[in-house]
Amino acid sequence: MAKIELSFYPGCSSQKGATSSNYLVSAQTMCEELDIRLNEIPDWNCCGASIGYGGGGELPRLTLSARNIALSEEHNAGQEIVATCAACWLSTREAKERLHEDERMFKDANAALAEAGLKYKGESNVRHMVEVLVEDIGFDTIKSKVKKPLEGLKIAGYVGCQTNRPFGIAGESFENPQYLDRLIESVGAESIPGYEKKVQCCGGALAFSEPEKSQEMIKGIIEAAYDNGADMIVTPCPLCQANVEIYQDNINETYGTKFSIPVVYYSTLMSVAFGRSAKEAALDGQVIPAKQLQEIADK
Amino acid sequence: MSDLNTAMIEKYRSSFLKEVEANVEEGEWVKMCMQCGVCSGSCPLGKHWEHPPQEIFMMIRAGKREDVLSSDAMWMCTSCYNCIARCPRGLPITHIMHGLAVYSKRLGLTPKKQPTAEFSQIFWDNLMKKGRVNELKLGLSIYFKDGFGQGVKNAMANRKLGQNMMKAKRMNAMEMFSGHRIKDLTGFQKIINKAQEIETGNIKDFK
Repeated sequence: MAKIELSFYPGCSSQKGATSSNYLVSAQTMCEELDIRLNEIPDWNCCGASIGYGGGGELPRLTLSARNIALSEEHNAGQEIVATCAACWLSTREAKERLHEDERMFKDANAALAEAGLKYKGESNVRHMVEVLVEDIGFDTIKSKVKKPLEGLKIAGYVGCQTNRPFGIAGESFENPQYLDRLIESVGAESIPGYEKKVQCCGGALAFSEPEKSQEMIKGIIEAAYDNGADMIVTPCPLCQANVEIYQDNINETYGTKFSIPVVYYSTLMSVAFGRSAKEAALDGQVIPAKQLQEIADK
Repeated sequence: MSDLNTAMIEKYRSSFLKEVEANVEEGEWVKMCMQCGVCSGSCPLGKHWEHPPQEIFMMIRAGKREDVLSSDAMWMCTSCYNCIARCPRGLPITHIMHGLAVYSKRLGLTPKKQPTAEFSQIFWDNLMKKGRVNELKLGLSIYFKDGFGQGVKNAMANRKLGQNMMKAKRMNAMEMFSGHRIKDLTGFQKIINKAQEIETGNIKDFK
């Protein structure tokens, strides 16, 4: 039996052929190395992300997550729910807290769930994968698993918004959380603890509806990484990863910049450092190739 | 306090504030705002708000119903939660802004063609169809939301991005036909329809 068993909520963007399918591949590789078993919540649905509110309002939106929690409590009883996606984690945990605080909402959500014979209890913890890494596994254990230290790499840890606010990770500060920098150091690379844009918003879902406004913010995130001499950016959030990586061409066109900086997941860094192949680390999922990681993986 | 006093206080209490407290998500927090302005100063898109959150809270208390509900300000929220993290009074500002946006939409007061309002509805309709988001269809619906001609232009302008994503296997043309879905779609839709019905039933009339 694996050391840690978790009820896993992968989320829409992690599915095959979706924007963060590379996150799922690398997270699975990372979990194998750390003896974490991910038991997928059967028949999970979308959480509504941070933009569904406009169509779904309050109760229908919270009920989306209540259904996932109810399914987890039925099929993966006794296991903590863990998400790799920032919005999945936030929506699920927010729903749990709201239904806990508000008796009417709890009753209404259960009345809706009863339409399909489901029951929400709200007894499971809802956590983000990085909480499991930081709080349960620990930096020392991560360090001890490193076979190929990522020496010579300087990496900007871009935490973004929702893996930080409003819940926070491991009780860290909202303004300058350190966990991602410590993860970078644990795998042998150099971090940039004073990275100015560490918790800057990338625009989130508004990258689609307000592209100019969002790309102006993304430009700042990339610029600050270059200014600090970073070789690449690492992030725990699927939307941060996509927004900061895939619009670099558009930003170059608008602002006359020459950006071409890889943006990777922490799980990709860890999979490479743990000695796994480029494919298992999902390096083939980069739009902007992370050549230095590729070289280390191929060594 | 005498009945007369209570009645007078109720009379002078903004009925729009009462309406927000009754019908807007987390609306009961609005009265707690102390007008410090930290939310407005912390918002990453702050400069684009017609009325930043601090101003919205004051306008609600001043009874500026039409000005608040027909503004596109709330749709500037990126859900970054910076305002929540920093608010000294602990107001769940992000959710109040979402709540005001939804309420304005419910009343038909949202400015036409507000891009985030449109995107939000497209996103919701997309996830309701199969229980999970179909990213390919989501992207195409956004490109084509203003008609076929504009859609082709948008798709052409972004074709390199699409090609890059396909090459990285993070976008799949097959999603057009056989996308991801949940198994118990009927049960799922029943649940969410019921939740919508309950929510609509909870709205109080302030006309």
